[in-house]
Amino acid sequence: MSESVEQQVTLWHEHMANRAGVTAEEVDELEDHLRGHIEQLEGAGLSADEAFLVAVKRLGSQSEIAREFARENSDRLWKQLVLDGDARAPKERGDRAGWLPAVIFAIAAAALVKIPALVGITMETHPEFYLRNVSLLGLTGVAAYLLWRHRASTAYAVATAAGFAIIAFAANLYALDIDGDALPMTALHVPIAVWVVVGLAYATARWRSAEGRMDYVRFTGEFLIYLVLIATASVILIVLIGVIPTFVGVDTEQFISQWLVPCGAAGAVVIAAWLVEAKQAIVENMAPVLARIFTPLFTLAFLGLIVVVLASGDLANLDRDLLIACDGVLVVAVALILYNLTARGADTRAGWFDWIQLTLVGSALALDAIALANIAIRITDGWTFNRAVVLGANVILLVNLVVSAWLLVRLIRGRAGSVRTLEMWQTTLIPVYGAWALVVVLVLPPLFGLT
Amino acid sequence: MEIPKDLVAASAAPLVLSILTDGPSYGYAIIKRVSDLSGGELEWTEGLLYPLLHRLERQGHIVGSWGASETGRKRKYYDITSDGRAALADHRSQWRAVAAALEESWGSVKRSMAAAPITGAVTA
Repeated sequence: MSESVEQQVTLWHEHMANRAGVTAEEVDELEDHLRGHIEQLEGAGLSADEAFLVAVKRLGSQSEIAREFARENSDRLWKQLVLDGDARAPKERGDRAGWLPAVIFAIAAAALVKIPALVGITMETHPEFYLRNVSLLGLTGVAAYLLWRHRASTAYAVATAAGFAIIAFAANLYALDIDGDALPMTALHVPIAVWVVVGLAYATARWRSAEGRMDYVRFTGEFLIYLVLIATASVILIVLIGVIPTFVGVDTEQFISQWLVPCGAAGAVVIAAWLVEAKQAIVENMAPVLARIFTPLFTLAFLGLIVVVLASGDLANLDRDLLIACDGVLVVAVALILYNLTARGADTRAGWFDWIQLTLVGSALALDAIALANIAIRITDGWTFNRAVVLGANVILLVNLVVSAWLLVRLIRGRAGSVRTLEMWQTTLIPVYGAWALVVVLVLPPLFGLT
Repeated sequence: MEIPKDLVAASAAPLVLSILTDGPSYGYAIIKRVSDLSGGELEWTEGLLYPLLHRLERQGHIVGSWGASETGRKRKYYDITSDGRAALADHRSQWRAVAAALEESWGSVKRSMAAAPITGAVTA
């Protein structure tokens, strides 16, 4: 092939690589294809330059190919909206993706959290009400925004509303002792159930497919990143508003604790949801980096924790707080596996990173086994509400981790389609978490006579 | 003859799987093979083939691996897996059922068309 054509192919390659929705490997593959066309055309008697032009023409316009690729990479679905030349794109972007509707929803969400206070249920008088309902109050705005943003059908809007209603009913059904065990557990489990229902609002008809649920997991990860960023900036803002007026003798503490923090937080979650969808390219590039930095660090921390537990001597009689810490660690392990899946390319080969993940899951399993043994020993003294809750959570996590470990081994051994199997397994469990959370809130308290 | 888009899309996965049972192949060769097999009636675009290959790879029906072409260029080859062979067997029985039904119904159309002039003559 002549040198000028060689240059043109390189240029074509660069242009293609700059398109959203096409990965570097895919461009390499297409380049091979383009060269196949050129060779054939040259064989048919065309000059190198002519062959290049015809080959590019045959390969179709770049934006057209890029769009087809983006469609296949369903996890990059949003990129369809930003690809040029798509007739639907400008309209779609114009009326639902803009900042104005997000701000309106954020203001509505902020107003919603203040409604209980207006009828006399404040943080001071009814702290228990807020422990039960804070996630319901805070995430209603997000669910409503997502339903509207994704043009959900009435059926899904009704289903989401019903989900919120059921959780609200379950969360407030029993009169619980403010210092008892059941109230903190309710406060801990209601958000899990709410998270699952918000997933329905996010994925709508796609909630049945692993891809749809995976998109929701990805959304959650990016949503949390944005929330942390917003929270960091807010702390500075609050310090400014809280400290500076005191120099001139104005006390803003009431304003900050009663209005700025609750309303700001409720609005911020809607804005974070909007940012995830509107500015996705920014965080999407961050997710793989974060996953690669934190997974090895967490793996080291887990291994350290195992050493600490082993060194504590009496394995069968661990401190209660240490057990709780172990549970937290297991949840983090599962969250990391999910998060790493979202950051993973569709056909990424197994590598050192998967070995680290397997180590992570292996150490989490060891911790879980120790924790389960301890809970079992405690249960021989008799069942309590807390023991039942912790046992249930540990069993779910144990099953999850055992299967995940097995799937990771398959992945490392290069079994075809194993990334997808892992995705399907992890996303299938999401409704299970929600169901278990409801059991903890609704079924267990009366069983143990805590109501 | 223009083959409608839906039909091309529906037959794409079984064709790719079936071509790969003859041994590993790569994008450009697969498109040429499809064209040859169909006597030039099926002209796939790259925008159809590559996303399909990547989807099949994701589902574990085929595996891709980077190799080199005869001229030493970087080239991605695809091979069918045992899951892919199972999927192809399913495709084959489904398409046979559809084709058989169509053939059968066309047989009866031919018979009724042959009968039509007689009934026509009677009513006239």
